[in-house]
Amino acid sequence: MSAEPAIRVEGLVKRFGGRAVVDHVSMSVNRGQITGFLGPNGSGKTTMIRVMCGLLTADEGSGEVLGYRLGRDTRRIKREIGYMTQRFSLYEDLTIRENLAFVAGLYALRPVQRVVDEVLEGLGLTSRQHQLAGTLSGGWKQRLALASCVMHKPQLLLLDEPTAGVDPKARRDFWEEIHHLAAGGMTVLVSTHYMDEAERCHFVNYISYGRLVASGTVEEVIAHAGLTTFLLEGPMDKVTAAERMLRGMTGVDETAPFGTSLHVVGRDAEALKAAVQHAAAETGTRMSATETSLEDAFIRFMNQSTDNMS
Amino acid sequence: MSWFSLRRLSALLRKEVIQMRRDRITFAMMIGVPLMQLILFGFAINNDPKDLPAALVAPTQDRYSRAIVTALELTGYYRFDHITSSAAEAEALIERGAVSFVVTIPSDFDRRVDRGDNPQILIEADATDPAVASGAISTLGQVASEALLHESGQDVMAEDAARGQLEVVVHRRYNPEGITQYNIVPGLLGVILQMTMVMMTSMALTREVERGTMENLLAMPATGLEIMLGKILPYLGVGAVQVALVLGAAKALFGVPFVGSLWLLLVGVFIFVLSLVLLGYTISTVARTQMQAMQLTFFFFLPSLLLSGFMFPYRGMPGWAQVLGEFFPLTHFLRMIRAVMLKGADLTNVSAPMAALVVFVLAYALLALTRFRRTLD
Repeated sequence: MSAEPAIRVEGLVKRFGGRAVVDHVSMSVNRGQITGFLGPNGSGKTTMIRVMCGLLTADEGSGEVLGYRLGRDTRRIKREIGYMTQRFSLYEDLTIRENLAFVAGLYALRPVQRVVDEVLEGLGLTSRQHQLAGTLSGGWKQRLALASCVMHKPQLLLLDEPTAGVDPKARRDFWEEIHHLAAGGMTVLVSTHYMDEAERCHFVNYISYGRLVASGTVEEVIAHAGLTTFLLEGPMDKVTAAERMLRGMTGVDETAPFGTSLHVVGRDAEALKAAVQHAAAETGTRMSATETSLEDAFIRFMNQSTDNMS
Repeated sequence: MSWFSLRRLSALLRKEVIQMRRDRITFAMMIGVPLMQLILFGFAINNDPKDLPAALVAPTQDRYSRAIVTALELTGYYRFDHITSSAAEAEALIERGAVSFVVTIPSDFDRRVDRGDNPQILIEADATDPAVASGAISTLGQVASEALLHESGQDVMAEDAARGQLEVVVHRRYNPEGITQYNIVPGLLGVILQMTMVMMTSMALTREVERGTMENLLAMPATGLEIMLGKILPYLGVGAVQVALVLGAAKALFGVPFVGSLWLLLVGVFIFVLSLVLLGYTISTVARTQMQAMQLTFFFFLPSLLLSGFMFPYRGMPGWAQVLGEFFPLTHFLRMIRAVMLKGADLTNVSAPMAALVVFVLAYALLALTRFRRTLD
């Protein structure tokens, strides 16, 4: 494994109609790792990925992808990477086989028939190869799309919210496949807003309103947030009353109900503890300390950047 | 809930108007098409074309010839651009389509007039488009006789008696019976090709964009030139089938004469189709939706139909409209196919329209390649 990162961008800016959708982002993606790219809707994840695969040109900043300069070696970058779009973008009016043969042809893979046969075999779609791609279920479409963009064995795989709208079983299978690819030496950058998926990544970058807010391993990111979290449990009406009480109390930054329990998150551990103890006693709910989750950290980051915006 | 509510209706109306305003191209079409039709139909189209270019073949420039030429020009139908003494030169002019008429006055004309010995003049008309020639020919005999009588000093009262004196021989060339199909059917090939080729290819990229497959296509290593060729070449095949069908039908169903070289014709058709698919592809780099692509195609199609000389005589249009007509490949295609099929013109005679078609091919290809966006910016 080379020490050189697969992606390194510095001060990247992309504006649409004068608004900076990506605002001075610098980040790097290590080779052979699965890097998660997280952030709320409209935070600039898709734009960043499109800039990195040469589909958009950055207004400012520079970067290298696999050692090639962004904006100059676009053609070479395209040949070396695989990009799976958010929306299914194979041809729905072509069969599974025809789609794969088309992609194989564009990457000049030879012999096309054998390459396609192998991919179909790997997918378990050999018996359905003459079915139109448009008639596949969401989960199969996504597997087909993934297979088509790793056919040419790219060094770097960019996935833009690949599991949106896919059932949990298919998602789990999908992630297994991604880990399998990474184990084979492929670098993967995957955007998502599912926390459980973020936790499957070796490294995460959190972007919000076009700015990089946090990056590191999951543990590092959680630690970086510097949050303390308590759990309140009890009957639903009592938990609801506790939440109403806690909101706005000093030390409490976020409250988030999870069924019959309530997560209470704050930066100031002492003040938070006092507040939660008070609320637990008042409402008769059970209080316990718990680990801060990645989601708690991200909600905190999100609200923080909203505060910064206003 | 009532069966009709003004509030619901106004909500629907407001939404429709907003959407209509957002779609700029459609909005422009709604204003542009009626205006364009009005101007074209109102000013440019004339079914009784005048001021038609003519060539005079007169070995001697006697006073009778001059009188006849002046009289013909005074009718407003003829404009003698070329005066020559060579019949071969005049023949080339009419075959190339540079003139619509050749008036030949024999060398012994003045002597025959003076002797009262049945003088003759020959008028050859390019009757490929029967409408062009008819008005000019119908006024011919009378005008020429009157001019002659006047010039020879005879009493106009004696006109009737002298009527038989001048014999005007009219040759309707290339389409002696004045059959409209001979003119229309070859032109239809151009119109049909234009309609289908431009419309099909104008959807080429917009369909990819609308279906979301464009992003994937652009992310893969295909160049702009490859994508363009991949999109247009299949339609050359479709065009070939259409050409075979229409030419076959022209021969079998309408009996259109085919006097020229088939190879020359096919080369011309090929260049024309190439220009059309490139034009369509250019449209697809501009249009954002398939609907807009359709509208732009139509916006191009209508004036080309009216100004190319397909529906109405090209020479009947005012100068500005003729200049406008030059910007449509169909105009040049019509000149080429009519010359080759009906007049048997060879390459030298159709080099001008052929060259024009090649220019369209190059211009559209260049435009499409520069318009093509390699990125999603």
